[in-house]
Amino acid sequence: MEILDLLEIVDVSRRFDAFLALDRVSLQIEAGEFFTLLGPSGCGKTTLLRLIAGFDQADGGDILLDGKSIIATPPEYRPLHTIFQNYALFPHMTVAENIAFPLRMAGCAKKEIQSRVGEALENVRLPDKAGKYPDSLSGGQKQRIAIARALVNRPRLLLLDEPLSALDAKLSEQMQLELINLQKDIGITFIYVTHDQSEALALSHRIAVMDHGRIAQVDAPSRLYGYPNSRFVADFIGKCNVLAGHVREQQGDCVTVELDGLGPVHVCRSETNFGVGSRCALTLRPEKIRIGRFSSIPGASDTMTSMSVADTVSPLGDESHFTGYVHDLLYLGDVTVYNVTLSNGILLETLLANSASGRTNFFEVGDRVEVAWSCDAGHLVLD
Amino acid sequence: MPAIWCWINTMRKTMQGKAWHKYLLSLPPMVYLLIFFAAPTLIMLFASFRYAGEYGGLAPWYLHEEGRLTLDLTLENWQRLLGTDIYLRLFLKSVGYAVMTTLICMVMGYPLALTIARSDRKSRDLLLLLVILPFWSNFLVRIYAWMIIFSPVGALTRMLNGLLDLVGGGPVTLMYSPTAMIICLVYVHLPFMVLPLYANLEKHDLDLLDAAQDLGAGKWRRFWLITWPLSLPGITAGSILVFIPVLGMFAIPDLLGGTNGIMIGNVIKQQFMESRDWPFGSVLSIVLTVTAVAVVLLGARLGQGRGGRG
Repeated sequence: MEILDLLEIVDVSRRFDAFLALDRVSLQIEAGEFFTLLGPSGCGKTTLLRLIAGFDQADGGDILLDGKSIIATPPEYRPLHTIFQNYALFPHMTVAENIAFPLRMAGCAKKEIQSRVGEALENVRLPDKAGKYPDSLSGGQKQRIAIARALVNRPRLLLLDEPLSALDAKLSEQMQLELINLQKDIGITFIYVTHDQSEALALSHRIAVMDHGRIAQVDAPSRLYGYPNSRFVADFIGKCNVLAGHVREQQGDCVTVELDGLGPVHVCRSETNFGVGSRCALTLRPEKIRIGRFSSIPGASDTMTSMSVADTVSPLGDESHFTGYVHDLLYLGDVTVYNVTLSNGILLETLLANSASGRTNFFEVGDRVEVAWSCDAGHLVLD
Repeated sequence: MPAIWCWINTMRKTMQGKAWHKYLLSLPPMVYLLIFFAAPTLIMLFASFRYAGEYGGLAPWYLHEEGRLTLDLTLENWQRLLGTDIYLRLFLKSVGYAVMTTLICMVMGYPLALTIARSDRKSRDLLLLLVILPFWSNFLVRIYAWMIIFSPVGALTRMLNGLLDLVGGGPVTLMYSPTAMIICLVYVHLPFMVLPLYANLEKHDLDLLDAAQDLGAGKWRRFWLITWPLSLPGITAGSILVFIPVLGMFAIPDLLGGTNGIMIGNVIKQQFMESRDWPFGSVLSIVLTVTAVAVVLLGARLGQGRGGRG
């Protein structure tokens, strides 16, 4: 049986005067999916969400829900609800009246409204707040009431517009877990908008990274992190070293790249065919780079006496290997970030876990160090 | 009056908090209100139990030779008020004008305030300027202007009668009619309704309307379930600002109301200026003040509703 896409966005464009907010965007979102639109501010993610909700009209293209176009349907008749950034709870109504609102609009019987509001309050674990007014609730409670209100008449789709941005870090993390569990339990499709990449990685089944009104990449979080398809995605998702160069030769999925100023390295995880000589960029996550104390004879006996493997870098055949100086370091508690200047002046960000007891700093600024990464550590993108 | 209560309330709270500098800050307005509001009110209350003097004003206090002071206090003035229904009817008529003016101002001012509040920033300033533009010329001058417009040989009356003539209606006079009074009362007081309403509507979170629409509310339900209840404090404030001055209005009835158009304000003015019967004028003033305070309290209670949270 063919899996039907719940929501299909076909070639949607939106222009505000001279500014092209959405440029022929197409997306398919499956039923039951936790889908995230991720991008920097101004990338068009909120515009797209407002188009799906119906608050704004597209200049071109179509939006299909269950295979039927909803582009001409006003928001009040679309079977989907939005969680607003500031929750948009009605301040003059009690919590129970707020949750009852969509049921009242749908013309439900009083008795049914009462029982379903009670049920909804149970579900968000705030049954004692029914008679309270929104301004007496905390941020997290408002959030839960907004969710209860949006889900009480079981929409096909829930749109969430940066719902956690107003909460502090701890609460936001807790709400992330709640959102994941909630979505799993009720099975309603979530479309989530955020500029916070860590939030997106933690929550989503799939993420669409947006840039300047276009979709840069749509993928599962781990694919997005491990296999960014462009310099922009690599840069935007997590921290990433991007080293420019050109392709010298390719054999299957193994490519030899001449990095500008660094010389040849092997990259053995390439899925695309690069033409020999084409410009490319090696994207390298800081945690994939090993950093060690410089020794004149690589792989010499001091490895044996060292406290940890991190102390030296033993050169393996399939590793790329460079030396440099610690330019600066950032102690973050669990890890320390070292920025290493390589011989050609390129700054490379590396990461070292502080897990070894009694070791808060492995290296000091100015120390001569070696860095290395295996040939499957980096990912090659066209530049 | 509400200002005083407000001040007393603040003072009670500040005294508890022992924040004396705040108390000091409110001292000058308090002294001002004591001298020019509280004291005259008490004098008026006292005067309402006195006799009128032979040549107007209040009868003199008798100082007997042995130095004894006699105050001739009387309930005569209050009996005069209650002895006839003429003043009650005048009060009711004034309240009627005030209610009518307030309602018309609300019906006309609400869409105006809403339009201004929802327009873009640039035109908003211009529209607000237009609302307060009439304040740039004197109140009396504007009423004289209306007298010219309403006069039997004025353009408005002529045009109206010309149109009425076409459909076979008889000629009408606008001048010295209740219609003229209401038109002018609304004209003068409309900004007092529009400005507080605008101040309220402008602060509304438009996301609430989006949320209501998202949850299935059409245009009318969005207005009646969201915008209207949230604007109740603005409506209350505007209504009080219109109702109270209209209740005590004497200039417009004087100039436009004709012989049948007098309101309670005219009678009070007559008592003080023409009849020179200060005690009875005081009685009428006290009743007017009490009515106004009652309206404010009622309004404050209504405004305290959930709409106050907007």
